[in-house]
Formats: sequence, structure tokens, C-alpha cells
Amino acid sequence: MEIHEFQAKELLGGFGVPVPRGIVAYSPDQAIFVATELGGSCWAVKAQLHSGARGKAGGIKMCRSHHEVGVAARELLGKPLVTSQTGPQGKIVQRVYVEIAEAVAREIYLGFVLDRKIQRIRVIASANGGMDIEEIAQGNPESILQTQVEPAVGMQPFQARELAFGLGLNITQVSRTVTAILRSYRAFRDLDATMIEINPLVVTPDDRVLALDAKMTFDDNALFRHPSVSEMRDPMQEDPREAQANQQGLNYIGLEGDIGCIINGAGLAMATMDMIKYAGGEPANFLDVGGGASPQRVAEAFRLVLSDANVKAILVNIFAGINRCDWVAQGVVQAAAGLKVPLVVRLAGTNVEAGQRIIRESALPIINATDLADAAHKVVAAARGATAHP
Amino acid sequence: MSILIDQNTAVLVQGITGEKASFHTRLMMAYGTRVVGGVTPGKGGQRHLEVPVFDTVKDAVRATGAQASLAFVPPPYAGDALMEAADAGLRLVCIITDGIPAQDMMRVKRYLLRYPQMDRAMIVGPNCAGIISAGKAMLGIMPGNIYRRGNVGIVSRSGTLSYEAAAQMQALGIGVSTSVGIGGDPINGSSFVDHLALFEADPETAAVIMIGEIGGPQEADAAAWIRQNMRKPVIGYVAGLTAPKGRRMGHAGAIISAQGDTAAEKTQIMREYGLHVAPSAADLGNAVAKALSGLR
Repeated sequence: MEIHEFQAKELLGGFGVPVPRGIVAYSPDQAIFVATELGGSCWAVKAQLHSGARGKAGGIKMCRSHHEVGVAARELLGKPLVTSQTGPQGKIVQRVYVEIAEAVAREIYLGFVLDRKIQRIRVIASANGGMDIEEIAQGNPESILQTQVEPAVGMQPFQARELAFGLGLNITQVSRTVTAILRSYRAFRDLDATMIEINPLVVTPDDRVLALDAKMTFDDNALFRHPSVSEMRDPMQEDPREAQANQQGLNYIGLEGDIGCIINGAGLAMATMDMIKYAGGEPANFLDVGGGASPQRVAEAFRLVLSDANVKAILVNIFAGINRCDWVAQGVVQAAAGLKVPLVVRLAGTNVEAGQRIIRESALPIINATDLADAAHKVVAAARGATAHP
Repeated sequence: MSILIDQNTAVLVQGITGEKASFHTRLMMAYGTRVVGGVTPGKGGQRHLEVPVFDTVKDAVRATGAQASLAFVPPPYAGDALMEAADAGLRLVCIITDGIPAQDMMRVKRYLLRYPQMDRAMIVGPNCAGIISAGKAMLGIMPGNIYRRGNVGIVSRSGTLSYEAAAQMQALGIGVSTSVGIGGDPINGSSFVDHLALFEADPETAAVIMIGEIGGPQEADAAAWIRQNMRKPVIGYVAGLTAPKGRRMGHAGAIISAQGDTAAEKTQIMREYGLHVAPSAADLGNAVAKALSGLR
């Protein structure tokens, strides 16, 4: 799960990581009011959306008067911002974050990630902050410092010191950087993050250390124990179908094609989508109905897939393990009554004969497929046929 | 003895009194698995599905001599259940549960290092279909009738794709020695390499099919390990050639977020290390048949 910068700063601030003073605003008037409340004479007005690379896209505006703050807010609010990460349609900006501008002497990169290879939390720091980590890795790989956290004891101060001294800071700066690193680590551990990126962590001319930008992503599997984090979910930043699917506990990802997919098991779903492409078609979506697909769930899956107007044919591919083919077949028959697009169904596994019988006896125009290749070819042909003869 | 389990392996079911656990325990018993008891804290002393239920894994092991367990425990309690099982001296714990927090699995893996290698439990999963030694025993949720008994091992991140492989092989008259699901999570109890090592040493296995997907280093690690350590042929397949970058495709671990994470990269690495690569998911059985014919 992703959150906005202002939320990440709220969470990190709660763990004692220093962040610049800032307040969220939803309108130009609010932005001006907030700038007045904050005081000072220079502010950053920052678009809040689930994306990095905002600066390059014009999503961060430095303002030296309340008037400029209002203008900046008006330019950003209510419109999608297109960054190199959002795709061409961009993401809608509903809030700006008005933040006191800080003088910057040094910019440091600080990142935390749950590394799958070592199965540990990895901490990464570089004196080349402000740049993309991929750029740093390309241009200045020797500047990248790393350490791994031992899960039995957590991150130790000496590890943070090694990073901080490695960044070429003076002793005051080191001490404050160590604090920022350790507190960020605690936030990562205690909130079940999967990634924290503070880029840049800045050192000011008077030796203060602050997180000038903050990105946090969280382990979806752990949200059950972090209601305050799950409350930060912003469905407006997600594809509406995916947000809805999430609510229903369905694993759905919208794609560009016209062949709707309803499959059980993520691996089989990915493989089936690959087969559709090999057969010359384009999947409209990824959808894993998961274990225990009840008739209601299958019906919901159909509704979700059909809410994509591009869908010209649907493939149901269920290999039953926990699922039972007769259960799935009931759901398919319910959902397929009145279906306007061709439907190819391939069932295999537990209770497969009962499932196939239910489909046959429904007398619905469902195209039966025996195996994976057969299913892919049939649905691609059906989608082509639907296109040719609307 | 097959790898991991056979008809003699005494098995516990953690969470046995739950609905899903009961459903699958019945099927496992019908398949021939030697289920000797279950564990549900608070229900010790009861009987369920004609076996005794215990409050703790230690109690269960003491009373039944169980060597392995299958865990159906909800995500908030799963990490704890795994550590409890490891501490009770079980040598194999298979965990079906989908949804365990990644940092919990990180801590479980660290916890296991408490025990010397020879006493350390092998954890299979989480978020997996389980283990089946065809015709002998099932420790999981797979449909038993798609596995003909034979000499090809399966190790897979995806449950349903492993069913697809077994069914295709069966249609060609090719049987399975043991099929192991390592699960779809980013931090798993055991990797491809752990089971490839067992298959290489298993007299009942002549070849192995390894089914991977996008995300993570385990396919590449396995390919390199195979080149150095295996003489038996390995067929490889990676799902997700058409998956978009940065999106989690169902499995928590199926996400392209680093170098080497894509299906194309993994497939290429497999080829470079001498695996037989199945060109598509429809060709799993054919690829196995081809590799086996090369053996004769």
C-alpha cells in the first residue's frame, strides 16, 4: 500500500524523525491560510500524489509570497499530474502540502528496503542525495553505502554511525543523522513497511538534519495490524476497478487489452495471460479469484471484468485445488445468463465432471475448452469474431 | 522413501478444527497420509476427524511421535505457529496460509538459526499448495487424482501452475515422484535450491521441473546452483512474460521491482545455465517428455 508524502512525514515525525514544518491544503485559499499559519517567507508548495519524480514534472513550486503560494496551489489542485512514473494519464492532485522552505547545505539519500535475497532489512545511504537511486547506482556506485539489519536485535547505533561517518559529515551532523536513521528504521520495523525512501535527507547550514522528502510503502499482508496506516489509503490514486476489487477481496489489475480473464491462482493467471498474448490476443486484466471461489465471488469477478468496456470476450480458467469445479460452474452459469460477450470456460481438477455437467445443462452458449492452449486460442478467436461482427 | 513425506510420515495438522483444515485433512487421510493428530490451542483433549487434538505442538509430538505438520493458521498467528512447530522438533512444517506479513517470515527464518542445522525444521511455504508424494502421501490442498506416480519431481512457486504441469504430464503417461510448492511470498521458508538438492539425492527422481514467476532472485540462484551441483535434467518455466513492471500480480512475491526480476531475464538465465526451458505453460508436459527422452 502506498501513501502520500504528507502522510509519510506524519508517520516518520511520530517516530521522532525531524521533518520541516508543513500543513496540507485542499484549495488555493487554504494554501494561503496555511502559509500564514506556518510563518516564514519562503515555502514549497508540493503536489500530493502517489508518485515520485514530481519535481521534474512541475509538481513542486518554490514560493516567496502568499500570493505565489495561492497561484501555485491553483495551478496544481484538481488536475492530474503526469510524471515519469504515473503513465500518460497522470494522477489526480487533490491536496498540496505547503512546507517551510529550508536552506540546504547537503543532500543525502537514505533508503530502507526489505531485501528478498538476504531476507533482511537493507539500509542504503549516499552522499549523492537528491538524485534518483538508479542514477546514483549508474553514475556514482562507489558512493552507495549499505548495511543489513540483523532481525534478532534490530538496527544498532554502530551501523547508523558507520553510514553517517561514511557520508563525510561533521560530528554534530553525524549525531543527528544517526538519530534520523535509527528512528526511520524503527518506523520501518514497527509499521511493517516494505520501503522507506528519504531523498533527500538534508543537512542545513546550521547543522540541522531533516527529511525533506519521504516515501513509504507498506506490506499489504500486515495492514490488519496497522489500522492507522490502512486508514491512509487513498482510493482516488488507484484505478477505480482495482480499488473496488480490493474492497471485495479480489486480486485485480486492469490492463490495456480486450480479453477479460478470470483465473484461480496467480501463477496460472500470469501464464494464461502469456498464452493469450502468444495466441495473438491482449489480456484486459489480471484476476485471481483465489482459493474457495464461491458462486457469489465468481459472479463478482464477472461484474468486475465486465465493468471494463473494452472487454470483447472472457476466459474463465479454473484448475481446482481448494476450489471445486461444480461450485465455480454454478457461479459461471449465474453470471453468464444474459452475457453479451462470448465466454470460454476451461475447468480441470476437483469435481470437474460435475462442473462440466452444470455448464452443459445450463444450455447457455458457453464455449468449452479442454486445455490451456485450446482455451487461449478459442478466446482469442472469439474476441476477433466479436470485433468483426459487433 | 520419497523426499519430504511418504505414507509412513506421521503428520499433525495445526489448526485442524478450522473449516478449511477439516476439509483438507479428510482428503489427505483418504489419500493415505498418516495423520496422527491436530493442534488447536484450547481444544486439547478433544477428538476431531478421529484423531486426538492437543493444545500445543510439543504435547502432540510427545503423544504421537509426529515428524511433520501441515499448518492452516490465520496470518496474525502463523509466524508464531511456525516457531512453535520448529521448537517442538518437527523436521518438516508446511504452511498453506496466504497473507503472512513479510517481516514475520523474516523473523521466523532468523529464529530457525537458533537450532543446529541437523535439528532445524524445513519450512515449506507460506502461501503454497503443499507437498505430495504421488501415490503415498499428501500434505496440502492439491487434487490428488492429477498425480500419476512416477519419477519426475516438481518444485513450484504457483500451486495451480504445478497442477497444470502434473496434469499435462499425466496425459502423456509421465508420473510425479514428489511435487513441492514453495509458495508465492517474497520471503519463503525454503527456496528452489533447497528442494532441488533433495531431488538430486532422491533415487526415485530422474528429472525435475522448476516453475517460477516474476520477482525475486530464487530462479536465477537455482539456475546457477543446478549448473554446479545437479546431474539430473531440470526443466524450467517462468510465468509472467507479459506482466507490467511494478505491479504485484496476485502473489506477494510476484512483482518486478529490481534487475533480474522479469520472466524474460529469468528464462534467459535458465537457458544460459543449461536448463531445458518450456516455451509456454501449454508445453510443460512436452518439455518434460523431451528432457526424459534425452536420458534414455
